[in-house]
Amino acid sequence: MTWLLFLEQCLNGLQFGLMLFLLAAGLTLVFGIMDLINLAHGSLYMVGAYIAATLTRATGSFLLALPLSIAATAILGMLLEVAVLRHLYRRDHLSQVLATFALILIANETTRAIWGVQSLSLNVPQALSGSVHVLPGVAYPAYRLVIIAVGAAIAALLYLLVTHTRVGMLVRAGASNREMATAMGTNIGRLFTAVFGAGAALCALAGALLGPLLAVQPGMGENILILAFVVVVIGGIGSIRGALVGAVLVGLADTFGRAFIPLALKHVASTSIADAAGPSIAAISIYLLMVVVLFWKPQGLFPARG
Amino acid sequence: MRLRRHAWPLVALALAVAYPLAARALGQEFYVGFASRVLIMALFASSLNLLVGMGGMVSLGHAAFYGAGAYVVGIAATEWPAGLGAQALAAWPLAMAVSGALALAIGAVCLRTRGVYFIMITLAFAQMIYYVFVSLKAYGGDDGLSLAKRSTLPGLDLGSDTAFYYTVLVIFAAALVALARLGGSRFGAALGGIRDNEARMESLGFPTYRFKLAAFAIGGALAGLAGALMANQNAFVSPNMMHWEQSGVALVMVILGGLGRLWGGFAGAALYLALEELLSGFTGHWQIVLGAVLLLVVFFAPRGIAGLFPGKP
Amino acid sequence: MNPHLLEIDGLTKRFGGLVATDAVSLGIRRGETHALIGPNGAGKTTLIAQLSGALAPDRGSVRFDGRDVTRLSAHERAALGFARSFQVTSVFHALSVLDNVALAVQAKSGSSFRFWKPVREERAIFESAGSVLRLLGLEDMAGRRAQSLAHGEHRQLELALALATRPQLLLLDEPMAGMGLEESARMVALIDRLKPEYTIVLVEHDMDAVFRLADRISVMVSGRVIATGAAEEIRANDEVRSAYLGEGEA
Repeated sequence: MTWLLFLEQCLNGLQFGLMLFLLAAGLTLVFGIMDLINLAHGSLYMVGAYIAATLTRATGSFLLALPLSIAATAILGMLLEVAVLRHLYRRDHLSQVLATFALILIANETTRAIWGVQSLSLNVPQALSGSVHVLPGVAYPAYRLVIIAVGAAIAALLYLLVTHTRVGMLVRAGASNREMATAMGTNIGRLFTAVFGAGAALCALAGALLGPLLAVQPGMGENILILAFVVVVIGGIGSIRGALVGAVLVGLADTFGRAFIPLALKHVASTSIADAAGPSIAAISIYLLMVVVLFWKPQGLFPARG
Repeated sequence: MRLRRHAWPLVALALAVAYPLAARALGQEFYVGFASRVLIMALFASSLNLLVGMGGMVSLGHAAFYGAGAYVVGIAATEWPAGLGAQALAAWPLAMAVSGALALAIGAVCLRTRGVYFIMITLAFAQMIYYVFVSLKAYGGDDGLSLAKRSTLPGLDLGSDTAFYYTVLVIFAAALVALARLGGSRFGAALGGIRDNEARMESLGFPTYRFKLAAFAIGGALAGLAGALMANQNAFVSPNMMHWEQSGVALVMVILGGLGRLWGGFAGAALYLALEELLSGFTGHWQIVLGAVLLLVVFFAPRGIAGLFPGKP
Repeated sequence: MNPHLLEIDGLTKRFGGLVATDAVSLGIRRGETHALIGPNGAGKTTLIAQLSGALAPDRGSVRFDGRDVTRLSAHERAALGFARSFQVTSVFHALSVLDNVALAVQAKSGSSFRFWKPVREERAIFESAGSVLRLLGLEDMAGRRAQSLAHGEHRQLELALALATRPQLLLLDEPMAGMGLEESARMVALIDRLKPEYTIVLVEHDMDAVFRLADRISVMVSGRVIATGAAEEIRANDEVRSAYLGEGEA
């Protein structure tokens, strides 16, 4: 294992982690403020990717398609909140799980109906298809660097929003004590819709950005959704900071796990065991991380509520 | 007097016994296999109903135990095809034991959390197990594992759909009786109390964690049995059996049939599979209809089919 | 034999920046009825929660009959003879009144890890539950769903659950909360009848009830116990009067 490979995997892990953060941020706020378990969050990610892919094909420009798909998904998210999800806030978790599971079924099948089962191609924009030398002699794909930059920028933006604006304060208040926030007179309904719309926008951004790297296909949302859940559990419900730390940890753990565990095993065990067990352990490394964190801190690293 | 209380279940049993004969008479023998699938899924759903309906534990990872039971049968049949591996009397109890033990281990960790955390961590564990089995190339990995033939029971040819159906029927009926007794027992009462008000149960002196863990393990073992039976029904096992969407489907069956009701698992499985069979005949996109039906049920009929009938849950 | 059934030593609990209980030390004598009074937010319920085991203190200890129970959970303490009634009614809403109390009786009737025999057939449990209901005057409501009870009846059921476990120590958190005059009077009369059989820690705002029932009174303000003594001493204590009894004028 060379340090070059190590650096590359670090960057990959960071990139994946920041995209996970985009999903986890929306998810953790919805859990924390509205106490809503939303399985359909991954579907918004999928919708964002699909709209971006379709618009890119139609207009020829990824740069144009991106903000449009974000806006469209945000609007769709807000409509969903008003029409369906709003009625679930006071229901028990089982009802929420079932209703949002129903939404996944509808979303996936509708996607299949409109676009078919084959994955849609979304290419890296021409301008970013090259490599950049991050260090002398170390080339890294430009597109992935852009993702890192965008992810970091959004993280910074969210941090500023949540800690330095009135809206952010309301969001944090809502996350730690919903009844209190309502009593303080904020229009909770509109706040919730806005938070949901913001979460949807973040999902769409992640979906569009990851589209060229991962496959744009029906059901793509669910795999990443579960990772986002793991991030939220590790980071602590209701905490943006937790979502960021958790996401980067998960991104790094997953990337390093896949890259190095099979190799590491070959050093300590026979080839046949390494070949058999390596990929398994790599695949579950983030879940093991989650178990370890939960043993130490059952409410995650930075729970918003006491 | 006691017979009157058992009237409807006995009628149902009689109908179930007569079913394959009727199917054969109508030339619809395919539906004997379909009925076996219904009963097996009913067992799976009923095992989840124990957790969710009776115990209030919303698990999104129950399929892990279902799949584990199936794989025990599959692996046993692959490794020891001539010997005990192919014997139902060895493989099926083993499947229950393994799933039960797995549920005990996973439950011990998950049950230290509550609410949304619990739901997510059960989901995460199930996905973990799914990925472990996907990576088991020796047993088919992603493609799954075929069984050369169904398990053998002394004196019966389980290869016959009818014989297999009756075996499944006996097992399901026995499980239902066990679940009924469980529901009315001290354990069932404690579980119901925990579902209603866990803090008060703790305050009264019940070690609630232990009760929930026991329910989790029992539910896991029953799910494993269902998995073992399904492995036999299809003569095939695959990691998809433990995918979290399978857990989702099981939850759907529970809510359709009636949360916490004894017959909820059966009603839900029957309704779900019938819907699937019916709708997929009309359109390839039947899942949209299923999603819509599910939304309607959640919002307008949360007590499911069994909720239409009076009676104590 | 230790004259104190419950020894509370330096119990401290913080929530973020707020100190809910501040090094509370108190001795509850065997067989006494000890009232805990103080303004809202004084930390009384937090103290009760730490005594019952529902909340772990940051510092301090609790000894029961000489034995350190600080690390024991609520259910372990219940097994030793603790019982608690809650300020906000905490019963089993989906069950009937009788089933509510039967569950409490079941807790103390041996192991509940029994999976086959119908609990309905255990006459001893239901007879015991029935007599608790009669004690509280709830026998006519036995079949009604707990959810459908009126507020006063809820408070009675709340107490019934605590009594049904046949405890040694009763931690009663505002048993008369929200009750009308007549219901309160009946509850006071009932607790008066219970006094000889139990050691009671009673949190209450109703001063008439407190002065009638309490052998000793402790006053809590802002997380601290500012005075402990017999009813007359407390009534005469100036600090208590200004802080709580509201007699600010000279």
